[in-house]
Amino acid sequence: MIQELTSPLLRVGLTAMIAFRALRRNKLRSTLTALGIIIGVASVVSIMALGRGTQKRIQDEVSSLGSNLLVIFSKSRRTSAAAAGSGQSGNLTLEDVKAIRREIRIVKALSPEVTLTAQAVANGRNWSTTIAGESHDYLQIRDWALTRGSMFTERELSTSARVAVIGSRTSRELFGPLNPVGQTVRIKNMPFTIIGQLKSKGAGMGGGDQDDRIVIPYTTAMRRLTGEKYPRLVTLQIHSDDLMSAAQEQITALLRQRHRLTEERNNDFEIVNQKEIADTVDNITNTLTFLLGGIAGLSLLVGGIGIMNIMLVSVTERTREIGTRIAVGAQPRDILLQFLIESITLCLLGGAIGIALGYGVSAGATMIPNFHPSVSIGSIVVAFGISFAVGVFFGFYPARKAAKMNPIAALRFE
Amino acid sequence: MNTSVIELDNLQKIYRTGDVEVRAVNGVSLRIERGDFVAIMGSSGSGKSTLMNMLGCLDQPTGGQYRLNGVDVARLSRAELSRLRNLKIGFVFQCFNLLSRTSACENVELPLFYTNPHVPLRDRRERAIEALQKVGLGERLYNHPNQLSGGQQQRVAIARALVNKPELVLADEPTGNLDTRTSIEVMGLFQELNDAGITVIMVTHELDIAAYCKRIIVMRDGRIIRDEVNAARLFANDQRAALDASEQHASLS
Ligand SMILES: Nc1ncnc2c1ncn2[C@@H]1O[C@H](COP(=O)(O)OP(=O)(O)O)[C@@H](O)[C@H]1O
Ligand SMILES: [Mg+2]
Repeated sequence: MIQELTSPLLRVGLTAMIAFRALRRNKLRSTLTALGIIIGVASVVSIMALGRGTQKRIQDEVSSLGSNLLVIFSKSRRTSAAAAGSGQSGNLTLEDVKAIRREIRIVKALSPEVTLTAQAVANGRNWSTTIAGESHDYLQIRDWALTRGSMFTERELSTSARVAVIGSRTSRELFGPLNPVGQTVRIKNMPFTIIGQLKSKGAGMGGGDQDDRIVIPYTTAMRRLTGEKYPRLVTLQIHSDDLMSAAQEQITALLRQRHRLTEERNNDFEIVNQKEIADTVDNITNTLTFLLGGIAGLSLLVGGIGIMNIMLVSVTERTREIGTRIAVGAQPRDILLQFLIESITLCLLGGAIGIALGYGVSAGATMIPNFHPSVSIGSIVVAFGISFAVGVFFGFYPARKAAKMNPIAALRFE
Repeated sequence: MNTSVIELDNLQKIYRTGDVEVRAVNGVSLRIERGDFVAIMGSSGSGKSTLMNMLGCLDQPTGGQYRLNGVDVARLSRAELSRLRNLKIGFVFQCFNLLSRTSACENVELPLFYTNPHVPLRDRRERAIEALQKVGLGERLYNHPNQLSGGQQQRVAIARALVNKPELVLADEPTGNLDTRTSIEVMGLFQELNDAGITVIMVTHELDIAAYCKRIIVMRDGRIIRDEVNAARLFANDQRAALDASEQHASLS
């Protein structure tokens, strides 16, 4: 009785053994048949891994920006004093910045920005770099740490002090391994005292090297280096994530009022939520990954049809074998199971090889700097699941055909 | 009362292809007792194979009754018929029907795969080897069919038929593809099985093969036209000796 109960499992085991033997007997053909599945699974797995890598990179960049950030751009980019003198409105002024700071309480910190490219000279070396004029809150906003020294203070900002915080790359170019803090760097022939060194951040959203820059007070930059009256943009940090849209609305209202914009006129500034952009890019990447994955999945369908085809050939070829098996006591379900297990095994083997290949592609792609694609457990499970399903789906018809064979006709089959 | 192994009562098999009706087996009544050794003869198309397929429960009659060991086969389910074929009946075919690229041993194990209750791997191997030794192939256990002669292949097939210790061995023209000497060897094997108590039914159209059996049935157009005890029975051992002698004589002269 106990044996009767355990026998279904044993039968599956035995049948699996028969199926494995059949596959082993036809190694080359089995491999070629599984090729479709191998390629399909490999492409799905590697596309998913690359997609994950891309997403990871976007997320890294988003978090490297700092959190809860808004950026205000002026639409009319008239930054010269001459244009300002013409009485034209439409620029983001330092007065605007002060007003925002004064009136909008949910703004935690802000930093007007002016940038220029200039030669930095120090230690007998010469290096062309980005000079960024920012506020004393800039590092807090960008969630950026210092490896040495300190950031300039509000007082240094208000006195337009000639102090600088140097990026790690710029520091390396100018000072090599030496400590830059306390040294002097000349920008446009003006000496600046280096008071801090930034921690490395790597490539930014646009691909530029964030570590190649010198940060100085924006007041100093505007007054002493560029002569500009208006900041290029203002970066704001909002107190919390759920206040982002409120902040956006309040700032819009304030700036429209200050710029005296009537109802029918469009904003002459633009407020960008960096997180939103990143989310959008993230979404697009996601969609693209799944789209490409889906297309790769189609090749699994083709692979499945290949499996079905070869299984049908195999069933026909082995007609006499099937007849013999039935004659010696096999039941239709034994035959069904045998061929089903054969096709499932083919697909799972193909899936395993495909996963290994996809893993290889993903590992190869990690050679690209700052790119870390990774094969997730989820995609391995899904790949195996799909392989299994393909095996069952495309193996069923041939297996049923085998199981339904008339033993007498099968035994006589030429 | 001791029931017959096989009891046929007006057994019929009618094939219909379109409007044409072929009465392949047309009212066969027959009793075969335990331990009998029956040859079924008749010209091609007389219905021998059709009858054998029904005896082997591979095919269902369209009329009449077939009782195997007293059980009406028509009442059995497909699973029960499979079990019956697996445990009680051994098949030997004209063209051996061995699995290619599979060792003799694995071929012989085949019925044990489907035996319920389950036969463990080690027992399967042991019993297959035992059966192969019985047919004189103890030295060729791991040869594939394409490495064996026709006679050896048929002996593997006989070992496969024997491995589950059946009561009944059915052989459809087992010597049809063999030469005289190997035919005698195969008939010798059947005689040994029969001596051990197994009922053997074989189809042949060669009179000198039927001569090894105890009883000869002749069919024509789906009916039995003659059924008699074989009075002049041959024994494989004698025949082989005679053959050896004549061959020796031929090579000397
Ligand atoms: N599947 C079938 N369909 C139609 N006719 C068949 C089929 N199988 C056998 N027959 C016919 O039944 C008759 C008996 O065939 P068979 O039993 O094979 O003869 P034997 O084995 O004595 O040569 C023949 O006339 C044959 O054509
Ligand atoms: Mg025949």
